[in-house]
Amino acid sequence: MIDKIRDLDRKRTDALHSVGDRWRALPKWQRVLSFVAFVIFLYYLPLLGIPGLTWLRTDSISGGSNWAGVLFTCAVYVLVAIGLNVVIGLAGLLDLGYIGFFAIGAYAVALFGSVNSPVVQWIQAEFNLPTTWAVAWAICVFIALVMSLISGVILGWPTLRLRGDYLAIVTLGFGEIIRIVARNLEGVTRGPQGISAIPGPEGPPSPDNQIFGLVDVKPWYWLAISVVLLMVFAVRRLENSRVGRSWLAIREDEDAAAVMGVYPFKFKLWAFAIGAALGGFAGFLFASRYAFIDPTQFNVNLSILFVAMVVVGGSGNMVGVSVGAVLLAYLPERFREVADYRWLAFGLAMVLVMILRPQGLIPSGRRARELKDRAAEAEEAPAHV
Amino acid sequence: MQGDLVNFADLFSHIGQHTVDGLSKGAIYALIALGYTLVYGVLRLINFAHSEVFMVGTFAVLGLWTALGVENNPPLGQAVLFLVLGLIVAAIASGGTALAIERVAYRPLRRKNAPPLIFLITAIGLSLVLVEIFGLVLPKLLGDLVPSMFGRGRIILGMPTIIEQKTLFTIGNTDINNIQLIVIVSAVAMMVVLDRFINRTRYGRGVRAVAQNPETAALMGVNQERVIMLIFVLGGIMAGAAALLWGMRFGFTQNSIGFVLGLKAFTAAVLGGIGNLRGALLGGLFLGIVEVYGATIFASNWEDVIAFVVLVIVLMFRPTGILGESLGRARA
Repeated sequence: MIDKIRDLDRKRTDALHSVGDRWRALPKWQRVLSFVAFVIFLYYLPLLGIPGLTWLRTDSISGGSNWAGVLFTCAVYVLVAIGLNVVIGLAGLLDLGYIGFFAIGAYAVALFGSVNSPVVQWIQAEFNLPTTWAVAWAICVFIALVMSLISGVILGWPTLRLRGDYLAIVTLGFGEIIRIVARNLEGVTRGPQGISAIPGPEGPPSPDNQIFGLVDVKPWYWLAISVVLLMVFAVRRLENSRVGRSWLAIREDEDAAAVMGVYPFKFKLWAFAIGAALGGFAGFLFASRYAFIDPTQFNVNLSILFVAMVVVGGSGNMVGVSVGAVLLAYLPERFREVADYRWLAFGLAMVLVMILRPQGLIPSGRRARELKDRAAEAEEAPAHV
Repeated sequence: MQGDLVNFADLFSHIGQHTVDGLSKGAIYALIALGYTLVYGVLRLINFAHSEVFMVGTFAVLGLWTALGVENNPPLGQAVLFLVLGLIVAAIASGGTALAIERVAYRPLRRKNAPPLIFLITAIGLSLVLVEIFGLVLPKLLGDLVPSMFGRGRIILGMPTIIEQKTLFTIGNTDINNIQLIVIVSAVAMMVVLDRFINRTRYGRGVRAVAQNPETAALMGVNQERVIMLIFVLGGIMAGAAALLWGMRFGFTQNSIGFVLGLKAFTAAVLGGIGNLRGALLGGLFLGIVEVYGATIFASNWEDVIAFVVLVIVLMFRPTGILGESLGRARA
């Protein structure tokens, strides 16, 4: 049975590789043109009306959820996956507390942008500002980015000297700490009540919001997909830079990298901070769209879902993790009857993928070779544990 | 909320009481921590799914007591019988689960010499699967058959009180009750037995040999696969014992009970020096006490944060724990 699955999988990857080879063999103008077409398709997605493809829409099933809303969620998760991919896939640091950064980004806009937040109310009282005053949304972007970046450094500074698996547990604890702090610090975060009236680009939710309202989600999706495309571009540049190559070197062999003059701690901290900032940005978009957050939204399961997106999709490969994120966000929404089983399915998927294909569904070539090497070593020395 | 955010007065006036409370909590952490420490000591990997081994144990105890129709406060003779049966069933269930985890998840990965990160991710997936089996699959399958256990899924399930809690003796203003005493004494006894087993018997020597140097041990005729199975089973049995004690002391379970408890037990193992059996006991008891003190000083809803903060601090300043890493080096 397992051999059969392996066989099918091999055929699938061969097909994938040949598609990849053909793609690279195309003349440049054709590649550019198809990429532009793909981007246009992404922007067109919420309006999807192509016969035969409309069954993709989540509102085509009875009682299905808002299609644009699901697309928005997918886009936010893709942003999360891209950020987490920098940490797990490129630098090889297993971060199980990524939800903490997501929460920090969300709380940043909530605490500074909402008129209901104790922080804003305190500022109003202190500086005699009108009760409608709050920090503008555009400024909250920077606050969210800076706060999550700093929290990444604060968490990374003491813990990044640890071995990989210790780091995983510590970060898991960090995610929980953020949630418990958000729940318990009632004077700042309003505790379990949560914070409402979180602003969007047009200010707090109100009937005069024409574009970024609560009902029509399409503009939110377009905003999120724009951010995603921007970040994909930025991370791609980073990946091919000196920093990106250092990450790969550290992931593959930290000691060898250190010997060759790459200071692992510095680059690991960079990966952590950049990943954290991306996670914070995703949380920021998420909170702005829903205009309400409370601590229960940032639980451990979601954090594990994030990790699942990256490892199932194919850690180290941006296309892979994006596909993983879309699948894991979209499938439970489209197939509502099995939505109850989604955590079970994520768990099973993680186990199966790790045992059968540790490089993920759409692997990064380099990582696949790395794992093959280790397997070959195991063949040579069967006594090794 | 205001004013009593930091409350030292209560801590000092009842310090004995808090210490006993903490010790009886820490003893349970210590028993679970053994599972982490044994596996880490031999395989150098953190068995993330160990918390679910404990969870299965608590369900086994609850299932047994439900099947036997145990009522609250049975007569002493019956109570002892129920406890012994509970220990056996929990040990079998947890040991079996641990063994199954090893077979399903770790063995295929070991064959491929996978990097440690992959073991960890597999274990996370497996622990999610186990949690969901007890919260979703079993309730759907057995909900009508055993409504008291799986009727509504994912809810907190109460366990019958086997031994009523009463104060045995008082030292100063510290009341020591029977359950606390049983928990601490039996946990320490189990640890001593395990320590003896590892340090004095043939099987234990095999474990220590593999922990120290797997290749040489294999050359000397130690069957590595058997040693690995043995440590998983031993860890599972200890988790089963912890599950029984948990049932006596706290009297409830839930499908998601393992997560926080597992993290704390792991913290205990790291505190004492992961890979070191005696360290696990020390770490567990210490963590239990710190947690109860901390919960008194701050508010009890900060309790879980305290364990994590302790973990971070320990890893920062002494990553090898109080006693250092040593399963193989302990008088090998």
